[in-house]
Amino acid sequence: MRYAEMGYHLEVDVATGNIEKVETDPKLTELYLGGLGSSVKLHWDRVPPEVKPFDDENMLIFSGGLLCGTPAFSANRTVVTFISPQSELLAYPMMGGFWSAELKHAGYDKIIFNNKSPELIYLWVKDDKVEIRDARHLAGKGALEVQDLIRDELNEPNAQVAAIGQAGESRCFTASIEQGRSSASRLGGGAIMGDKKIKAVAVRGTGDVHLADGAKFFELMEEVKDYINFRNTNPIPDVMTILSGIGSPQEMVHTDEKWHTESFAWGNARNRRKSFWTEDIEKSWTSTQIGAIKRLISCYNCPQHCGALIDAPDVPRYMMKCFSKLTYGMAAYVDNLDFSFNIVQKAQEYGVDGFSTPQILAFAVELKENGILTDKDFEGCPPDEDKEGRFMWLLDRLAHREGIGDIIADGTYWAAKRIGNGAEEYAHNNIKKHEQLPIKLGMLDPLYYLMYTTNEKISITQIEGNWPQAAFPKMEQRERFVEDWPQLPDDKFKQWLLDWEPRGEKSNPHFPTPPICSEIVDWMEMLHNIDDALGLCAGMASFCLKPPYHINNYHKLVSAATGMDVDQEELKRKVNRSRNLHRALNNRRGMSRKDEKPPKDHWRHRFPELEEELLTTYYTYKGWNHDGIPTRERLHELDLDYVADDLEQRGILINGEGQEDHQEHQG
Amino acid sequence: MAKVKKIIKNIKVDADRCSGCRGCEIACSAFHAEPKYSSVNPARSRVRVITHRLQDIWLPVFAGEYTPTECAGRDIYTIDGKDYDECGFCRAACPSRDMFKEPDSGLPLKCDMCEGEDEPLCVKWCLDGVLVYEEREVWVEEDSEEKKQEELDIGLGSLADKFGLNQLKDAMARMTTKE
Repeated sequence: MRYAEMGYHLEVDVATGNIEKVETDPKLTELYLGGLGSSVKLHWDRVPPEVKPFDDENMLIFSGGLLCGTPAFSANRTVVTFISPQSELLAYPMMGGFWSAELKHAGYDKIIFNNKSPELIYLWVKDDKVEIRDARHLAGKGALEVQDLIRDELNEPNAQVAAIGQAGESRCFTASIEQGRSSASRLGGGAIMGDKKIKAVAVRGTGDVHLADGAKFFELMEEVKDYINFRNTNPIPDVMTILSGIGSPQEMVHTDEKWHTESFAWGNARNRRKSFWTEDIEKSWTSTQIGAIKRLISCYNCPQHCGALIDAPDVPRYMMKCFSKLTYGMAAYVDNLDFSFNIVQKAQEYGVDGFSTPQILAFAVELKENGILTDKDFEGCPPDEDKEGRFMWLLDRLAHREGIGDIIADGTYWAAKRIGNGAEEYAHNNIKKHEQLPIKLGMLDPLYYLMYTTNEKISITQIEGNWPQAAFPKMEQRERFVEDWPQLPDDKFKQWLLDWEPRGEKSNPHFPTPPICSEIVDWMEMLHNIDDALGLCAGMASFCLKPPYHINNYHKLVSAATGMDVDQEELKRKVNRSRNLHRALNNRRGMSRKDEKPPKDHWRHRFPELEEELLTTYYTYKGWNHDGIPTRERLHELDLDYVADDLEQRGILINGEGQEDHQEHQG
Repeated sequence: MAKVKKIIKNIKVDADRCSGCRGCEIACSAFHAEPKYSSVNPARSRVRVITHRLQDIWLPVFAGEYTPTECAGRDIYTIDGKDYDECGFCRAACPSRDMFKEPDSGLPLKCDMCEGEDEPLCVKWCLDGVLVYEEREVWVEEDSEEKKQEELDIGLGSLADKFGLNQLKDAMARMTTKE
């Protein structure tokens, strides 16, 4: 009997139509856990570094996490992995919702897609019955409407459907995979589905998920439940409202957007509007939001309500979550919140990433304003003063790859390359070719510097969450914060927070010092990687202050659920193993220190020497060489000798260490 | 006629507070697993959240009586502009739908209010306050002999419907021998 996991993968070759239910080796879970962890291992084994995003061999995996389908609150993430058309590295966007639990109950931990179908299809999984079905009649349907069309034609109202819209079909590099109120958005998973001609994956499961020690598991969940109730009634004082609670940022609940609208940049990640939030705006935005939100809603088995059913004027009903409420409006310089509720519906139907896409549209507008794109490129577009119409028009073009849309659909990095003529300067807010949150700040933040540059997720939310975003001005606030902080891996972290000042010697960029930054960032990254392997929502763990799940209780849940005897150190080892494997996979695809850069203009005050020191110190802490590649020693500690062999054979690691030029540099 | 005290167990459902997480289904199926808490399967749950998301319907419904025949007509309730279709609030395990049946055997499920616990598990694990448990005492007339006889006839009649008279007779014979 397998516990927590189902012990089966579904292997689907969409070119031949061959479908196999394959029993997995329990060792895979013992070594890599589930979710992202074990998916990385499959990609390492099966997808050689020569494979390009739109090659037949670009395997696409939909995976539940190890705890999905168990009674663990908020264990509902589906992680989708593939080589991204944008970054050309292994991407892993995730979605909440109800899909992963349904997959587990159907009897599978993962669905693995290989090759390309000749015609548009969708996969229908109902327990043991799995079929590839014709989807030609669904071509051109929106990613939201098609979910209901599929449920209707299957006569399966309880099926959960993950689908692409027009943008995925036309292989936009920022195409998302949509599912109910959730989406796996970042880095173009929808484009890979579209390339393989998979319109949707529908699942319905009615089988059991077993727990090794269910009584113990419920006992642990009882503690988690009490803490959730405590946190929901005791918001953290002295931090912004948006950071005071648990769950994803409560964008559907909070109407006060002074901080986001005045601190984040508008347009193509350009200008802050420091006096935007006037009384009039507050009044109009509050009334628009309250009028549009019909009900707050949850993902599977989650007590938080991060999403909402939206019923806005003249817009078909849909469900929204998180920050897309602001991304389009701010990128378009539109001051009216109605526009956001309107365009997001369209964007979700098309199936596009709500962070990258608005920035791409703003990038196109800027190129036109600066004469790099011309009136001819914008033929048929509403006039410039109609900012809303112009954005809608650009979104239509992008989703269908029509005219200028065909170029900007590749994202700002690749579009700028194609356009040339100085366009590269306007693709200014990328890390590893991927659009970032529109934040432009003053003083270099050493913690964020490391988070932005080094993590494999390559997108906001990066790996932040458990450490406060800024130093508390007053000592009594710091003391209050550290007083009750059981989520820490070590008490020494408390002293660092007590010492951290908003200004002066012990403040950014020199404090926390590079060694301290390394420990804090490594801890936060590890939490994200654990969540992504277990299928836990980061909103209840790695992405918020003082969360219910943390380094001191994860291992207990894993042990009770799976029957593996895992203590805290062993859990860290497992997740470090997959984290280093992921890094090695991306190294094998060419990624190294040279790529680990935040946008040039992210901070006004930069410190090149300190930044180099931060990176080197962090790499050393991680067991990576000067180029950001795991050393043989580190790989050996993690039972990854086969990875060291491979990297050496390819000349990526030389004598288990750095490359020759680097060694000379060090000498 | 003599009156006796009876405890009525109630779960009040405030459907407007439901956010559709289905935690109730998870807790219910785990509690009723054999051994207790050893597995989870919402398809075995005795409470189900009926969902029509875009219509703003999230409605926890509890498994009630089994019925061997489906209704001749289907009800659609329209309340506050929302259509509650597919037999809306009906709690029966019936041939017209999969709900409230064991997925492997097809045997009907029925909510037992988690007999023996302080409160039903669905109530305990609903953190949104949708489900609220209450007990109230009522005084009811003690059943007369005729009433008891009538109940026995109905009970035996439905067993005979389900299993056939012969099987029922055999079972009765086995039980008699054991005693």
